[in-house]
Amino acid sequence: MAEFTLPANSRVGEGKTHKAPAGAKRVKAFKVYRWNPDDGKNPVMDTFEIDLDACGPMVLDAIIKIKNEIDSSLTFRRSCREGICGSCAMNIDGTNTLACLKPISEVQGDVKINPLPHMPVVKDLVPDLSQPYAQLRSIEPWLQAETAPPPDAERLQSKEERAEIDGLWECILCFCCSTSCPSYWWNGDRYLGPAVLLQAYRWIADSRDEATGKRLDALEDPFKLYRCHTIMNCTQTCPKGLNPAKAIGKVKQLMLERQG
Amino acid sequence: MKDVREALMVGRNSEGKLVRRPLSPHLQVYKPQISSATSIFHRITGVALGAGAVLFTAWLVCAAAGDSAFSVIQAIFASWIGLIVLFGFTLALFYHFCNGIRHLAWDAGKGFELPDMHRSGRLVIGATLVLTVAFWLIAFLVG
Repeated sequence: MAEFTLPANSRVGEGKTHKAPAGAKRVKAFKVYRWNPDDGKNPVMDTFEIDLDACGPMVLDAIIKIKNEIDSSLTFRRSCREGICGSCAMNIDGTNTLACLKPISEVQGDVKINPLPHMPVVKDLVPDLSQPYAQLRSIEPWLQAETAPPPDAERLQSKEERAEIDGLWECILCFCCSTSCPSYWWNGDRYLGPAVLLQAYRWIADSRDEATGKRLDALEDPFKLYRCHTIMNCTQTCPKGLNPAKAIGKVKQLMLERQG
Repeated sequence: MKDVREALMVGRNSEGKLVRRPLSPHLQVYKPQISSATSIFHRITGVALGAGAVLFTAWLVCAAAGDSAFSVIQAIFASWIGLIVLFGFTLALFYHFCNGIRHLAWDAGKGFELPDMHRSGRLVIGATLVLTVAFWLIAFLVG
């Protein structure tokens, strides 16, 4: 069920302000969501004033600088710093994206940084993604085939067959899309969400996979698939430029086609 | 949350004690997008049309009930409050109609690319305004 307000323990207060060093010329304020499981308090927004002349160009550079130089307790996930691992997914300036791909210069005014929306918070900017991971497991995201592969070769595809999964295999599972989807916010217990449905279609569209019927059977459900109302926040926010809404649309079309 | 996700709202702190986790902000921080705005207006106008259908039924019932009842409902609809409600009803009707066509295109697998989605969204808003204004101009000129 949809709950539009935050529970009492989740309301966000004002936090500490860390001033920029004296003499800094290009100062930008970063307002960062903080929650510490050890102090028993509500989340707060801490303000960090950063000298942009002493900081890299991306939002990830700024939060790494904060952790290195101002507050080492700031907690976030990051790894590759080039948009391929999906770890630093967070809500920056009101939309979900990867901190490593978001230039600070694209943000007008203060840079507000929150964890991915409508998720349980482990600490600071780290959300618990167990639910979408479990949902990903449920769609069995691996190649399934009855027929044996050629004894001395891989399962081959034509160039056209291979092109069918372009725009799908590139997904890095950062879950920016799923956590941007109001339908996933309200129905994420049963609705699979755009990221997982795009993965489901990735295997349906793969010419080597022979479990299409079984996969469609598993998705034929008022909640798992059909809570998608083509809101399209997913496509709007995908940091990799993919189109989950289109993939879900294709699954819906396949459902209709097989009904004859 | 009153569903299975509730289990994930409980975590452990550094001492291993159970703590209740906060839910990260959602509507409070997510900027309205043309995607989500056109979608929620589709739902709001759908609900409004449901309520409007009740008013329309009331008008039909009064029309069937005879002259006195019909003149009462006509007077209500012709009052300025009635006209505002009728104007809102036509606005909702034209929006829901135009955006409904947009949804039909999506169901047919068309218009999913971002530039197309932005263009069709703006087109729906523009067409709604034009159709509503045109409808009332014609209504006042004719009636």
